[in-house]
Amino acid sequence: MESLSNRKKVLEQKPMNFWERLYLPAIAQGMGITFRHMFKKKETVFYPEVEREFSENWRGMHSLKRDEQGRERCTACGLCALSCPAEAITMIAAERQKGEENLYREEKYAAVYEINMLRCIFCGLCEEACPKEAIYLDGPIVPADYLRKDFIYGKDKLVEEPLKAQ
Amino acid sequence: MELAFVIEKFVLITVIFSLSLVVAMYSTLAERKIAAFLQDRVGPNRAGWGGMFQPIADGAKLFFKEEIIPTDSSRFLFIVGPSLAILTACIGSAVIPWGQPMLIAGREINLQVTDINVGILYVFGIVSLGVYGIMIGGWASNNKFSLMGAIRAASQNISYEIPMGLSLIALLLVTNTLSLKEITEQQHGWHWNVLYQPLGFILFLVCSFAETNRTPFDLPECETELVGGYHTEYSSMKMGFYLFAEYINMFISSAVMTVLYFGGYNYPGMDLVNNILGPTWGPLIGVAVMFIKIFMFIFFFMWVRWTVPRFRYDQLMNLGWKILIPLAIANIVITGVWLTYVVK
Repeated sequence: MESLSNRKKVLEQKPMNFWERLYLPAIAQGMGITFRHMFKKKETVFYPEVEREFSENWRGMHSLKRDEQGRERCTACGLCALSCPAEAITMIAAERQKGEENLYREEKYAAVYEINMLRCIFCGLCEEACPKEAIYLDGPIVPADYLRKDFIYGKDKLVEEPLKAQ
Repeated sequence: MELAFVIEKFVLITVIFSLSLVVAMYSTLAERKIAAFLQDRVGPNRAGWGGMFQPIADGAKLFFKEEIIPTDSSRFLFIVGPSLAILTACIGSAVIPWGQPMLIAGREINLQVTDINVGILYVFGIVSLGVYGIMIGGWASNNKFSLMGAIRAASQNISYEIPMGLSLIALLLVTNTLSLKEITEQQHGWHWNVLYQPLGFILFLVCSFAETNRTPFDLPECETELVGGYHTEYSSMKMGFYLFAEYINMFISSAVMTVLYFGGYNYPGMDLVNNILGPTWGPLIGVAVMFIKIFMFIFFFMWVRWTVPRFRYDQLMNLGWKILIPLAIANIVITGVWLTYVVK
């Protein structure tokens, strides 16, 4: 077939000469290359002691945010659960009682909020759907565990630490 | 036989036996470390300082693993296989001279377990026996992959023993003796045989790679084609014995190459050193030199493993029968002509 693009190159495969057929020079050359690698900088990151830096847009474990006064931002609207393609998020809403204004920002809050980390695909759609900027995937890698039930993370693991009294 | 002689030999055998086991043990660590360095990695470094206790941890792991003997296997032969492999690997070191005679408390002690006058033939006999361990193990497993590995091991070892023996004949033309002790003594100072037999040395080296089943000739256990080769069905310490035997074989064949071609314990300026240090400590330097040479060879084995890719089976046979054997014969002819007309 004729080449239409004119980029076709026919490579001529020459028979090997004596030096090449000897094979030993090629081996010596290769061994030189491998030997040089002995002294190169090692790429290893010593994991438990040293952690590799995550990139800017890394999506890790979820955290439920608090506002400037340390109140939970989540209002249990359920948009995150709706947007979740993996059906990983469930919640039970509750109404804020008198005297709880310092705990919850909105009048409705999530009494139970659970994410199944085995279902979660870390796509970040919950983050995008949230109108209250209450959920972000800014945590570390979700650790391994032994039982399936232990992968269902509740509010105890998801909600941010309360603000330190200043 | 006097008592002192028995004690001397007993101590020597114990020392050499445990030494070859320790060297084989730490070869496993060295292999992993060198592999890592050649690939810009760090290698095992958790157990002990820089991974010093890794071989012990590996050994302990192998001991505590469940031992599985397949129901369809031939039980007796299944156990004989690895035993034979490790047995033949361990007895090969008996004729290797580790150093000059040492003077301890007015008694001259030979640093060689036994000096039999056909020493090199003994080594060859043992090395040829080594393949039986692999063959029996592969056959007894009753598994097609094991059997393929065993068949490959057998045909490879038989093929490469021929050029190995032929290259040795050229060496024997030069040395005129089969005793490893005398061969070493002839290479006093820098008169190493590799200077007189460069081609023979290269042939011997290539063949010893094949005899120890190391890459690029590790077809008997090539994991991309044969799962694990002859030790597919093995587990626990039987598997450990096979791996261990490979490393001991590597140590022994390094020692044999050192003795035959690289002067054994000889090094330039050894007379001077011996005069200064005396007959007790002087030979120890020779032993150290011998071990440095051996370790260099072991490093070379590993270096090649991580550089040269595995041969295809037909390429292996082509190299053995069509290239190495004619070269070895040519080497004998050249050596013969040279000795007859040039040296006299």
